[in-house]
Amino acid sequence: MSAGQPPIDSPEITRLTPVLGPGHTYASVTDKISAIVLTRPTSLGWYIGFLIAFSVFGVLNIAIGWLIIKGVGIWGINIPIGWGFAIVNFVWWIGIGHAGTLISAILFLLNQKWRTSINRFAEAMTLFAVACAGIFPLIHTGRPWYAFWMFPYPSVMGIWPQFRSPLIWDVFAVSTYGTVSLLFWFVGLIPDLATLRDRSTSKTKQIIYGMLAMGWRGSARHWHRYQSAYLLLAGLATPLVLSVHTVVSFDFAVAIVPGWHTTIFPPYFVAGAIYSGFAMVLSIAIPLRKAYGLEDFITMRHLDNMAKVMLATGLIVAYGYFFEFFMSLYSGNKFDVFLVQQRLHGPYSHFYFALILCNILLPQLLWFQNMRTNVTVLFIMSIVVNVGMWLERFVIVVISLTRDFVPSAWGRYSPTVWDWATFIGTLGMFVMLIFLFVRVLPAISIAEMRELVSETSEERK
Amino acid sequence: MDGMPENDFIDGHMHNNEQEDSLRADDHSDSNAEDSTLREHKLDLAAVRAKLREKSGKQYWRTLEELSDDPHFEDLLHREFPRQASEWDETVDRRNFLKLAAASLAFAGISGCRQPDELIVPYVKQPDGLILGKPQFYATAMPFGADAIGLLVESHEGRPTHVTGNPDHPSSLGGTDVISQASVLNLYDPDRSQTVSYLGEIRTWSDFLLAMQKPVVDAKAQGGTPFRILTGTVTSPTLAAQIENVLKQIPGSKWHQWEPAGSDGPREGSKLAFGRYVNTVYRPEKADVILSLDSDFLASGPGHIGYMNAFYRRRKLSGPNDTMNRLYVVEPTPSVTGSSADHRLPLRASEVEQFARGLAALVGLGGSGTLSPAAQKWLDAVASDLAKHRGTSLVIAGEFQPPAVHALAHAINAALGNVGTTLYYTEPVEANPVNQLESFTELCADMDAGRVKTLLIFGSNPVYDAPHDFDFTSKLKKVETAVLLSSHFDETAEYCQWHIAESHFLETWGEARAFDGTVSVIQPLIAPLYHTHSAFEVLAAFTDKPGRTAYDVVREGMKTLAGSADPEKFWRKTLNDGVVANSTYAPISVALKFSPSSLPPARIPPAGQFEFIFRPDDNVYDGRYANNGWLQELARPVTKLTWDNAALVSPRLAEKLQLTQRAAARGGEHGQIVTNVIDISISNSKVTAAAWILPGQADDVVVLPLGYGRKRAGFTGSNKGYNAYMVRTSAAQWTATAGGDAIKKTGDEYPLACTQYHFNMEGRKILSTGTLAEYREKPDFAREGDETPPKEMSLYKEFAYPGYAWGMAIDLNSCNGCNACVIACQSENNIAVVGKDQVMRGREMHWIRIDRYYANLNTETGDPEATDYDALANPQTYFQPVPCQQCENAPCEQVCPVGATVHSAEGLNDMVYNRCIGTRYCSNNCPYKVRRFNFLRFQDWETPSLQLLRNPEVTVRSRGVMEKCTYCVQRINHGRIEAEKQNRPIKDGEIVTACESACPAGAIVFGNANDPNSRVAKLKKQTRNYTILGELNTRPRTSYLAAVRNPNPELEKA
Repeated sequence: MSAGQPPIDSPEITRLTPVLGPGHTYASVTDKISAIVLTRPTSLGWYIGFLIAFSVFGVLNIAIGWLIIKGVGIWGINIPIGWGFAIVNFVWWIGIGHAGTLISAILFLLNQKWRTSINRFAEAMTLFAVACAGIFPLIHTGRPWYAFWMFPYPSVMGIWPQFRSPLIWDVFAVSTYGTVSLLFWFVGLIPDLATLRDRSTSKTKQIIYGMLAMGWRGSARHWHRYQSAYLLLAGLATPLVLSVHTVVSFDFAVAIVPGWHTTIFPPYFVAGAIYSGFAMVLSIAIPLRKAYGLEDFITMRHLDNMAKVMLATGLIVAYGYFFEFFMSLYSGNKFDVFLVQQRLHGPYSHFYFALILCNILLPQLLWFQNMRTNVTVLFIMSIVVNVGMWLERFVIVVISLTRDFVPSAWGRYSPTVWDWATFIGTLGMFVMLIFLFVRVLPAISIAEMRELVSETSEERK
Repeated sequence: MDGMPENDFIDGHMHNNEQEDSLRADDHSDSNAEDSTLREHKLDLAAVRAKLREKSGKQYWRTLEELSDDPHFEDLLHREFPRQASEWDETVDRRNFLKLAAASLAFAGISGCRQPDELIVPYVKQPDGLILGKPQFYATAMPFGADAIGLLVESHEGRPTHVTGNPDHPSSLGGTDVISQASVLNLYDPDRSQTVSYLGEIRTWSDFLLAMQKPVVDAKAQGGTPFRILTGTVTSPTLAAQIENVLKQIPGSKWHQWEPAGSDGPREGSKLAFGRYVNTVYRPEKADVILSLDSDFLASGPGHIGYMNAFYRRRKLSGPNDTMNRLYVVEPTPSVTGSSADHRLPLRASEVEQFARGLAALVGLGGSGTLSPAAQKWLDAVASDLAKHRGTSLVIAGEFQPPAVHALAHAINAALGNVGTTLYYTEPVEANPVNQLESFTELCADMDAGRVKTLLIFGSNPVYDAPHDFDFTSKLKKVETAVLLSSHFDETAEYCQWHIAESHFLETWGEARAFDGTVSVIQPLIAPLYHTHSAFEVLAAFTDKPGRTAYDVVREGMKTLAGSADPEKFWRKTLNDGVVANSTYAPISVALKFSPSSLPPARIPPAGQFEFIFRPDDNVYDGRYANNGWLQELARPVTKLTWDNAALVSPRLAEKLQLTQRAAARGGEHGQIVTNVIDISISNSKVTAAAWILPGQADDVVVLPLGYGRKRAGFTGSNKGYNAYMVRTSAAQWTATAGGDAIKKTGDEYPLACTQYHFNMEGRKILSTGTLAEYREKPDFAREGDETPPKEMSLYKEFAYPGYAWGMAIDLNSCNGCNACVIACQSENNIAVVGKDQVMRGREMHWIRIDRYYANLNTETGDPEATDYDALANPQTYFQPVPCQQCENAPCEQVCPVGATVHSAEGLNDMVYNRCIGTRYCSNNCPYKVRRFNFLRFQDWETPSLQLLRNPEVTVRSRGVMEKCTYCVQRINHGRIEAEKQNRPIKDGEIVTACESACPAGAIVFGNANDPNSRVAKLKKQTRNYTILGELNTRPRTSYLAAVRNPNPELEKA
């Protein structure tokens, strides 16, 4: 915050805090953002960070390699807990992958200008999260080399997938979401890729960016077409944001396991997904703006707005928890009532209390303005919410399975080193991809920021 | 089997081989002159045309070469393999020699046809010739202690694969137990010893025969008795005759007997009661009231399978007006029998004698017993109940109780007028009944004194299982020539000069007497897999006819039994039936020469002392089956422990010693329980064991199961559990008493693999139980609170079952959790053994499991971590076999993404292994958790001998695939094919699942539920019939008939 601004704790002023720092021109915006990719020397910090992330990504590869060699028995899953970390992580990553498209598409359709500076990397984050998520359903199968049987393809045996299974719905939901998100992201990138092509000095970069820019010349007709396409894709992506996690929640809601079989799951999963997605955007935006001096582009207004979204979705999630509980007790179903007791008093109760703390109690601090505008608090809060949402999935997936209908079959689950290696490995992969992304592509949309320059300068007039 | 074999090296090696071979093959084809002639031979088209012209009518030819009658082609056609295949034209170098040696070793086990040379006669189906793919069934018998269990063994192309009971044999009556079911795995045990060896080096049989000349000559010359034979219990008349023959031919010889889990108690008890050894045969089917004095007669001891059949015949209920018998059990530790009793009284083993004395007094025999007031009250009620049923009651004393208890039981039975009705006496079935402890003690003393020069040991393992005060090992070292015949190179083999690999009973001829005297011929189903020999052959080495085979000996023995019948016809009939006709012993009448008052006063152990009792393990028995993976992985009926033995302590004792146990984070209640380790110092020796808290065990009693802690059992059985023989002395064979400092908590913890730790039903109607009175009052008590929704509630269309609708009814009133069905299923369906580590992770593979629940607990949670020990002092125990429920509305089917589990037209949930990708969603969604997943590659695909074991009609599953019970779909299809060939519907009872056929109590009934006259439909129509979790609308095809206990109203009031 520059010294000339009024104190930030004044509500009116905060509301008026610009989405773009003052004094920016088309040239300064373009310079600043493209410089990260083209001219600024790669910092030592980037190398160190990338190397660490890359090594962790290596761990993922080893973990998957060993898994293929030995089988899913290297994990902690068993009978009755057939799904463990893999599905927990899948749902968690898919949830994180919700924020990008939500910010890009829904906020775009709602004409929320503040989305501009965060949508690009939020979308990138979405793609990377979906990539991480996509690994798990594949490798968690006993015979991953046959996982393609889940796709409806004309096989010589005339065999189709079993369409009543929510896992098949999942395949469609996630692959559609991944495809549309990728297209949406790429279409948004085209004008910026052209800018990079025009500004880069080396032949190689010119060729690569040139090819990716697909002949963008910036003509009025291009812009016209581009905006229609972007709008259409935004319209297409919007329902997907809601559908993906709804379908993912069906994996559980359609099953008969107490703790899974509940109608509240679709909305509550979607809210949870947005919750965790925004938390992850914050977890990335805060270090990013710090590292690259982008405080003018990702302003306190952005952080504040995102914190508010988190607070709102967090309350929906809390409502979900409450009604999950209430309906279990109200239904009088002995298995559901028992599940509630198990969550509160069973061997895994500490997970449940940690979840309540992370997802419901601590985020209530976001009601306070000075918390929302404290970058450190926000960063910690975003991590807390991510942990909380991971715990939520653990509680739902694993704990429900440990004690279901027949007491003689009750068991327990504990992750093995390979469970952790796979999970941490995907974190490494995610961070590695983020590192690569900020290094080779504009992390903030140059074209949209230029638009914002003109709009904000008009506002100021 | 325990974990995954490390075969990287083998794989790599084989890979190299392939490369080398292919290179070499290429070389040959270029250089081999003969081959090139074939290749260069040109086809003469003119000759072909000429040939065609000569022929008339339709002609078929495969190639033009054939048509031209080319001699080279003829040659090629008649050669089975390509030319190079049969030649190995390189000098054999070291590497190739080793390769060949390895290959021959590997192939030695898998040569195809292993029919024995001598004639054997199939029992059930007698095809003209062997039809490939069609199993044959042969009658044989498994000798076991003082009993022989009659079996029908399924043979596929000469490989015995599965065992069922012989309905014509009194020891089986069609049922089996876990040990006989698992015996087929012993045959294929890869760790079996395979040759004759001398000081660990391989020798030939003739070397052995030659070497045995000297000791025989010496024995004849030396005087004294330097030549000794040590056997277990022998019931085979011909084997005994053979031994007698040897004893006769070698003047300085003597026969000793020793079984670590033998029955000196009953033997000496009969001598005490009648002045001579007699054998007791019970007839539980005739008894209305049965009292067991620490006898596990339904699950162990001679005749137990037949007894189980007979006992449960009296507990079948077709309606509320039926009657049933009543079983009282007094015992120190919960056994299978005790757990299914109507009334069970936990008493210390030493107090059982007091109880028997008290009972004798109450039936008017005099004497007296000292009991606690509660026990006395119980005894009074039992005594009056027995008195009300004179002639239809039965008192059975336990095998491991002292002679006095047996004598008292004989006296009480006589007093109650039961002799001749519910039990009778015969001549001993043992060929030479002796007090085995005395016999063995004498041998040990003589060995110690250097009086034994030559010792032949048959099938015993005394280095491992002799009482520790005998220090058998040091004595064995004093013997000049020790010869051991055993199936494995075991602990004793280490100290014997000669070791002879023993043939399995399925590999050799033999015969044995069952508990009631019936003689069976043991038919071999397969020629010996290795260079093994039977006891007959080894004994023949010491006679004047050393080359005689077991077949000759048995055949000759049968001639004497045939009597006036045509010996050939008699022989064939005997082989066919599995029993020698009219060989059952006739009842004898013996006079009681015993009065309870004449007994010396019993030693009453002082209060505050711990009582340690030794029992053969439920599965591995005295240790001889330790290397059997099926038995190791089978959850013990009551404790549900696998792969280990534990020191079983009562809950109150655990409280006193501050012993705890907890479910581990990994596996938890369905896998891994962490327990305290205790040091047990008794009889001047010490052993360290894991403690296991066992509800229902008498206070201050610690049970030490035998059979574990073996050092040389083999890959599967070595170094598992602790060796209870280390603290077992000759003076305290079954019960040892020690002061309060005998048990010390070491502070260490030990993980035990337990497949079911949680024993409380949590108020859910999983296992429905009631008393006979309740049943009469409310015949449909089992369905009370049943909330099965109407059929229209389902979203999906109802299946129609116009043809067969396979269903199963399991009568919980007939199940005592004996586990026979579990092993039968494992054997029939090629179910893998996964090892302790995987069991502890909750991944055991059994398709049918037996759940055990405790009732009458006062605690709310039933969690054994809670310390309400009173509630656990004597709970009621119930068992429930749970196979796949084959739901009509199956939750598993709806969630499989690839349709790998589908509904059949007859209502089965079929598993398509090939299609399964292993998402495990089906298992998550299965409310009964009966699905099993191959988390790793659990099957052993390499060991050749285990490949012979597999049932060829069932897929051997690989990793990553879900599997589960299919109601033995292969047997259903077999039955269907047979019926369709004859153009008739499948008859009821024609298709029998493996679990059903194994069950000695007939608790499991399978059949067509659509046929109102089928057994299963009739059972399902009973009011006791209910389904588990009916409210989920799964509509299981497996239904249960509620367990009904028949308590004594007199005791109920209290």
